Amino acid sequence: MKRDISDNLESERLSVPIGKRDHIQGKPAAPISLLEYGDYECPHCGSAHQLVKLLREALGPDLCFVYRNFPLTSIHPHAEQAAEAAEAAGARGRFWEMHDALFENQDALEEDDLALYAADLGLDANQLVAEVESGKYRSRVHADVQSGIRSGVNGTPTFFINELRYDGPFEPEAMLAALRQAAELGAEIL
Amino acid sequence: MKNPPAPKAPKTTSSKALSAGVPAPDFALHSTPDQTVRLSEFRGMPVILAFYPADWSPVCGDQMTLYNEILPEFQAHGAELIGISVDGVWCHAAFSRNRKLHFPLLADFEPKGAIARLYNVYRGAEGVSERALFVIDAEGIIRWSFVSPIGVNPGAAGILSALERLETKKEAA
Repeated sequence: MKRDISDNLESERLSVPIGKRDHIQGKPAAPISLLEYGDYECPHCGSAHQLVKLLREALGPDLCFVYRNFPLTSIHPHAEQAAEAAEAAGARGRFWEMHDALFENQDALEEDDLALYAADLGLDANQLVAEVESGKYRSRVHADVQSGIRSGVNGTPTFFINELRYDGPFEPEAMLAALRQAAELGAEIL
Repeated sequence: MKNPPAPKAPKTTSSKALSAGVPAPDFALHSTPDQTVRLSEFRGMPVILAFYPADWSPVCGDQMTLYNEILPEFQAHGAELIGISVDGVWCHAAFSRNRKLHFPLLADFEPKGAIARLYNVYRGAEGVSERALFVIDAEGIIRWSFVSPIGVNPGAAGILSALERLETKKEAA
């Protein structure tokens, strides 16, 4: 569908569609997708973490949740390394467990803490931390940030429902309503 | 150059921000208690003017913080970013320090909102500027403008697209 309104609307749609590179909870083919650009050191994202759990419980298999990184490095000094640690865990098939650990321990994101969370998951903590220190996952996180900028990410968290930016309040009722509405409209926004 | 006197505030909010093709009105505003920034100083490079209602909005990813984070992207296009609100210089100083901002915030403080009015982005009822963006080319002409709903941070995608179009134009010339 061609939009003939001002070009600002191009900033509302996810610039990089959800795909194989993404971390997805639930079925990718679910009728509703909820994608979050987040920062592990951001308190609002900490709250959103609980909110997302609620939404996933409420919508069950109808929802898939996708997470991408958007660390605000200039004000959150640990956000970048936390994001890279999550990606490192992801390379070992344990992204979501690390993701949860980070949001549940937002005031403990030093390297020693990251090592602890890795060890808790039964991973080789030294190896994981060494990889993070070497910057192995920096470009992955940077790619997320780039895609976020292009998609109109405007802070953390920024949510996209069926790949359109959600601008409403981060409250269960409002988001559930928006998610259900998106399901009704169907995937056929374009 | 003295800033023009503030015209009377319109009763209703107009969202008729100055649009592409219009020369960007020149102005000089304080960025710190003893420093002034004049728009025409930046002739020769693209300028992004980000009008916003107020410092200190209670979210960590507020618009100025976001732009600070992605400043390298703007700089990659050779563009200068300037933030403008009706807050005074001391408020800006504290906010800028707190958010570790690396671009100037200008105080459209006295006469209040005079520059926002020049650009047709002043909200007379609330006494703050709209959340409005302008991309001005190296010759001082506005090439893109956008007014976001006051509660919605417009992000940077529109700015970056506008900067890219400037470069494409330059190459084509």
